[in-house]
Amino acid sequence: MDGGVARFWREIPQRYNLIGNKCESCKRVFFPPRESCPHCRRKSMGKMEDIKLSGSGEIITYTIIHVGPEAFEEQVPYPIAIIKLDEGPHITAQIVDCNIDDVKIGMKVQSTFRKIQEDGYVGAIYYGYKFKPLR
Amino acid sequence: MRDVAVIGVGLTKFGELWDKSFRQLIAEAGSKAIFDAGVSGNEIDAMYIGSMSSGRFIGQEHIGALVADASGFSQLHIPATRVEGACASGGLAMREGYLSIASGMNDIVVVGGIEKMNDVGGNFATETLATAADQEWEAFFGVTFPGLYAMIAMRHMHEYGTTKEQLAQVAVKNHANGILNPYAQYQRKITLEQALNATMVAYPLGLMDCSPVTDGAASVILCAAEKTKKFTDKPVKIIASGQGSDTLALHSRRDICTLDATVHAAKMAYKQANLKSSNIDLAEVHDCFTIAEICAIEDLGFVEKGQGGKAVENKITTLDGSLPVNTSGGLKSKGHPVGATGVAQIVEITQQLRGEAEKRQVKDARIGLAHNIGGSGATCTVHILEAV
Repeated sequence: MDGGVARFWREIPQRYNLIGNKCESCKRVFFPPRESCPHCRRKSMGKMEDIKLSGSGEIITYTIIHVGPEAFEEQVPYPIAIIKLDEGPHITAQIVDCNIDDVKIGMKVQSTFRKIQEDGYVGAIYYGYKFKPLR
Repeated sequence: MRDVAVIGVGLTKFGELWDKSFRQLIAEAGSKAIFDAGVSGNEIDAMYIGSMSSGRFIGQEHIGALVADASGFSQLHIPATRVEGACASGGLAMREGYLSIASGMNDIVVVGGIEKMNDVGGNFATETLATAADQEWEAFFGVTFPGLYAMIAMRHMHEYGTTKEQLAQVAVKNHANGILNPYAQYQRKITLEQALNATMVAYPLGLMDCSPVTDGAASVILCAAEKTKKFTDKPVKIIASGQGSDTLALHSRRDICTLDATVHAAKMAYKQANLKSSNIDLAEVHDCFTIAEICAIEDLGFVEKGQGGKAVENKITTLDGSLPVNTSGGLKSKGHPVGATGVAQIVEITQQLRGEAEKRQVKDARIGLAHNIGGSGATCTVHILEAV
């Protein structure tokens, strides 16, 4: 992913520690954090509080990627899912530490800290979240 | 607001056009539309061009001026504006052109759409298309563009029992229509077995569930309805123009299987035209993937939510069905030069409503709808056209 190192480290709190935020007006939780709540809009300004998410949730849909982007080519086939986190927000991530055939809608999963991509052999390594089955 | 009509259309062949440049393609589509409209060129007030990613595909931005220049308008110095909304860029250009006439600002405008996708390799093209998705929170984590639609398909199958066979039937139908369209990238039949057994791209979507990488351009000439008489006796009136937006990332949507941008744009369009979905005689919908056509016919209100797969199975949307969908072959068979697609849909609907669609002609077609989507559903335009 092009765009320089700053573009990545700016997102470190979210990608390393699942920092989202919460609208203190309607109590909805967002990930990634939003500048304002789309439901309360003006009423939420200045009332968005950071919150660390638990990282546990449930798969609501998934796919198995057979033709991947260049940075992921050596991993194919790999599962990607949209996960509904216990706090409410939905998140897109790879599912790891299980057989592809085991991935199902409704499966309970937990976030795990992993390497996501790298900028060639000498560039920055980008870390972030993937999800694994909750055992 | 003034009424607006389409008075001319032009299309290039869609496909892998190795011997044609970006400039040649847009000039060809534009001049065909200008000749078709019977305007000399001096009457044209402005130009709106839809192009998704010329910067990545041919390393060239500043497309508005380039297109005006390449089409021979440099000495007229007319306003030329490029519009971008991923794969809905063409639909947006169409709407901007429409609004500029409806508002009274312009009388006659050229709307163009173009993408020259084959000058880069397959990987680069795929990554360029993925820029329509959320780079920070989707693409970064390894999801591809087909992967996003695959997740819509999986959820649709889970909730409504839609089958892989029903998805495949969309491709089979659109290829059957594409055979009849001399401008289509693929003019060949595919069987259900071929579609079902195609190389897997992102489960459950195989290669035959995906629209191809295409070069091509399309153009239409729009004119204030009160001034069409001078140019044509077959104007096609634009009776509605709707547009909607939604979250950039698929995962943030209210419902994974519903494109609320489509629901919103359609509602806006039906209200403006004072019509119901049942009044539509035919539709060009955004079938970038087979599941997208199933969602589109549901979200446009042609069938109940969840019944799209069954509707395809029951052949409601075939050329001789009760609601023909994608008579042009759709994105799947006609091809999908992303910025051109939304304009090419208007070309097809116009030809149908003029009774000039030859072997694809839908009998007694009077009202047609064009539905164009950007990304996984973050932008949508819906236009409704009526034969005068």
